[in-house]
Amino acid sequence: MNNNNNKFEPKILGIFCNWCTYLAADLAGVSRMDYPANIRIVRTMCSGRVDPQFIFWGFKNGADGILIGGCHPGDCHYIEGNYKTLRRYLLLKRVLKEIGINEKRLRLEWISASEGEKLQRVVREFTEEIRSLGPITEDRAFKLNLIEHKK
Amino acid sequence: MAEKSKVAFYWCASCGGCEEAMVDLAEDILQVVEKAEFVLWPVAMDFKREDVENLKDEEILVTFINGAVRTSEQEEMVRLLRKKSKILIAFGACAYTGGVPGLANCYSREEILNFYYKSGDTVFNPEDKKPTPHFIEGNFAFEIPEFYGRVYAVDQVVDVDYYIPGCAPTRKVVKNAIDALFSSQLPQKGSILGASSKSLCNECPLNETKPEKIYVKKFKRVDKTQPEPDKCLLIQGYPCLGPVTRGGCEALCVKANYPCTGCFGPLDDVKDYGAKAVSFLASIIDSNDEKEIEKIIDEGLSNPLAIVYRYSLPKSLIFDTKIKKNGG
Ligand code: SF4
Ligand code: SF4
Ligand code: SF4
Repeated sequence: MNNNNNKFEPKILGIFCNWCTYLAADLAGVSRMDYPANIRIVRTMCSGRVDPQFIFWGFKNGADGILIGGCHPGDCHYIEGNYKTLRRYLLLKRVLKEIGINEKRLRLEWISASEGEKLQRVVREFTEEIRSLGPITEDRAFKLNLIEHKK
Repeated sequence: MAEKSKVAFYWCASCGGCEEAMVDLAEDILQVVEKAEFVLWPVAMDFKREDVENLKDEEILVTFINGAVRTSEQEEMVRLLRKKSKILIAFGACAYTGGVPGLANCYSREEILNFYYKSGDTVFNPEDKKPTPHFIEGNFAFEIPEFYGRVYAVDQVVDVDYYIPGCAPTRKVVKNAIDALFSSQLPQKGSILGASSKSLCNECPLNETKPEKIYVKKFKRVDKTQPEPDKCLLIQGYPCLGPVTRGGCEALCVKANYPCTGCFGPLDDVKDYGAKAVSFLASIIDSNDEKEIEKIIDEGLSNPLAIVYRYSLPKSLIFDTKIKKNGG
């Protein structure tokens, strides 16, 4: 947990929609496009299923960054699930900031089933960004509430 | 004559409103007094800590604790009362989920002490004194409780048997809760006493005017515009949290033309009230365009944390942790 950024390997949680981003990850896999192994992917039927409680749970349990992947606007399998995701994401980022978690640790991307390359690029970029932010335990919310709280 | 059951009330980081709620029971309280003997109630009676220490373990039948835990004294008292009580109840939003004092968890202790003893507009403190646990003034040494680095809900300090929600719990809720406690069969451990298991909207008189789907283009604030009467506040654009809040208060605030701010806390199975409120408020925003959504949020829901976590920040999933024993 020291500030040794060379050693720090961020843990990234990916929550991907079954119809788009999850398939893009599959495509990237079968096309042998490599991306950092820092990401652990969970599949949901729709990005609209991503309850903000999942995000808090993820951060609490060690995710340094969370990437939500959904279908492009207009392409949602359930018509407008991804618009709900967008609205929740924008409000959630503001709440995270006030709580004392760097809001850059949460990212939303629209990645369709055919965009294996975009997936590769986004995961690489995001992993580097989170690496530069350091472990989530460095964030204010963790310091104030989970680490030094008594004394 | 059968011996009366021993009952205790205690307050921690509390505004006094919960004590008032107990007193408000008026004649109902006589019914309690008939069945109970008070062994501690600082706001009303002169018992001391030693009186509690001298009791046997679990000698108190029920202890009601209101207020959150922020100081070493509060922690000690809560632990002592836990030991001496069969049943321990977190009474009111502060004890249950951290309450309004819990919003201070966004600030460090140093920031808070600095504001109240130094930089605040109305502070006059030329000698720059700040409370410290061991305080020496001339020939005198004082011991004052330690001010912890964050606020805790009571169940983050000790095991809690039941919760009574509300800021403050209403008379009816307290009465229901007491009836449940003194009934022949005790409710299941961990239950929320006295309130409803449905959302507030279910008991709101304006629910009939609420359509199936709600879309809001602009959030309003009651301090800027006055709501129309007899029309669901949410469809008028006031961020009423009725749909995600436990019922039981009979829509007290809404009846006073004020949107529900969520003091009764989450519904069953919700782990994080604020996260649920984010989810709900965001989903009714009437726009699919990123820039416009941002504008609607920033104009109408500025400082969203205080809206969604007004009563429950210490119990948000991120902060929900037990107090560390003997210094963190
Ligand atoms: S729950 Fe409300 S009324 Fe009760 S102590 Fe806390 S702030 Fe006061
Ligand atoms: S005013 Fe609030 S509590 Fe009443 S029906 Fe509308 S949203 Fe529900
Ligand atoms: S309307 Fe909402 S804020 Fe008001 S008393 Fe009821 S639950 Fe609490």
